[in-house]
Amino acid sequence: MGSIGYFIDSLYAYQYLQNAMIAAVLVGIVCGVIGCFIILRGMALMGDAISHAVLPGVAVAYMLGFSFFIGAVFTGVLTALGIGYISQNSRIKDDSAIGIMFTAAFALGVILITLRRGTGVDLWHILFGNVLAVSQADLWMTFWIGILVLISVFLFYKQLLLSTFDPVMAVAVGLPTRLIHYSLMLLLSLVTVASLKTVGIVLVVAMLVTPGSTAYLLTNRLPVMLFLAAVFGVFSSITGVYFSYIYDFATGASIVVVASILFALSFIYSHKQSFLTRFFRTGKVQEKAKLIN
Amino acid sequence: MDPVVKVSDLSVSYNGKNVFEDISLSVYPRQLVGIIGPNGAGKSTLIKAIMGLTYVNEGQIEVMKKPVEKVRKHISYVPQRNTIDLDFPVLVEDVVSMGRYPHLSWWGFLTAKDRQIVKKSLKQVGMYEYRRRQIGQLSGGQQQRVFLARALVQEAELFFLDEPFAGIDIASENMIMDILRNLRDQGKTLFVVHHDLSKAGSYFDSLILLNNKLIAYGKKEDVFQVNCLKEAYDGQVTNISEKNIFVVVNG
Repeated sequence: MGSIGYFIDSLYAYQYLQNAMIAAVLVGIVCGVIGCFIILRGMALMGDAISHAVLPGVAVAYMLGFSFFIGAVFTGVLTALGIGYISQNSRIKDDSAIGIMFTAAFALGVILITLRRGTGVDLWHILFGNVLAVSQADLWMTFWIGILVLISVFLFYKQLLLSTFDPVMAVAVGLPTRLIHYSLMLLLSLVTVASLKTVGIVLVVAMLVTPGSTAYLLTNRLPVMLFLAAVFGVFSSITGVYFSYIYDFATGASIVVVASILFALSFIYSHKQSFLTRFFRTGKVQEKAKLIN
Repeated sequence: MDPVVKVSDLSVSYNGKNVFEDISLSVYPRQLVGIIGPNGAGKSTLIKAIMGLTYVNEGQIEVMKKPVEKVRKHISYVPQRNTIDLDFPVLVEDVVSMGRYPHLSWWGFLTAKDRQIVKKSLKQVGMYEYRRRQIGQLSGGQQQRVFLARALVQEAELFFLDEPFAGIDIASENMIMDILRNLRDQGKTLFVVHHDLSKAGSYFDSLILLNNKLIAYGKKEDVFQVNCLKEAYDGQVTNISEKNIFVVVNG
């Protein structure tokens, strides 16, 4: 296991690797937590859409030289509003509206970026991340986005839980469910920005959906699911960065593959488990039946 | 006495098709009101319209003499069980605790008093031993009792239940009915969407009979007449005994 020692030595020696590692860990936590709500609301496709839709915002921000944070949030939320508007005001179903809007935004983003070819904005890096280029400023931004997301989830846990579990009751008792939905979309755009360097736009959805789903299979409680999702996110990030450094894989892809393996393991485990509980339960029922007769 | 719910000239349409038109009725407190009618008659839509959950084309709705938005805290809703994601990672006690949310501030957490109320209502519906179970692991009747417990802890004045007896065991049904009668005796008003004609006569004080319009509304003795029911169910109703027990004949 010499390569682990080598990796740890490198981690001490190189600032860029430290930055990459910290960024990946933060992204693992934040994506895991917000991803739980995305999964439970049945919005995995929406997560994919919003993460792609930040591209034109990022492109324009690069061109005009303002923070791509603002650009990303602007086009991300605009796309969410557009999807809502189309599906509420026409016969187009939700998933089609999502498909139309996000590919439109994404295509526009690709055109904008290719217009500026040769100016140092690398499409490949935005799409797939470039974790070795995480600057101190990027790190701070990821950190503050992470804090904002975690505080929001903590403060509005009740509202998120009720509007996710029983949206009808949520409206009936007067929760502003629409505001909650769009706030979540806003957080989603922020999380995508935070993940831009680490996993890139295309693979963010995996960090949102996979660790949360892994956790979902293992627990019956939302707080535990949130915690486990963050743990799986962090584990995937650390292991992914490690493999990427040692074997020179693309970092984002490496992280996502680890997350997917964790999911596969939890899937197999939970299947076995449910088989066992079913077996156990039917056993119990039979015992009871014997007692009655 | 003032009506607790007053509906005037209410029309609702969905995708350009009328669900119902021109419904006007006043409901007075301390009653169990059954809403009956065939599938697609607009029963669920009526309670959703009263609760302000659905778009209303025309008409006014007053709840406790105010627009419904002002009195949401006083309204409890028990959803149709099949509209809920039963795989959701929540335990029985988490679900019941949700009924306390309207009493908390935006940032507030459950207090010891809230937990006490949750515990009491879990015991009332006989689900206290199951409080740490995930809701999907319960039987249909048990799930329905949990949702009733959630409505109870809200300490509301008005209750809306959508098909609470659909697909549940008879013991749960009797227990729920006892609790509902008890609430009525405490002065609450309860609206229950129900499709089983054979029990509607014995369960409710008043009946709202719907079939894309208001066919009859009033005391159950007045509504539960073969001509009204025949109109609602397009003639497919048969009286199976002398004692006003009706069943719907399909086909």
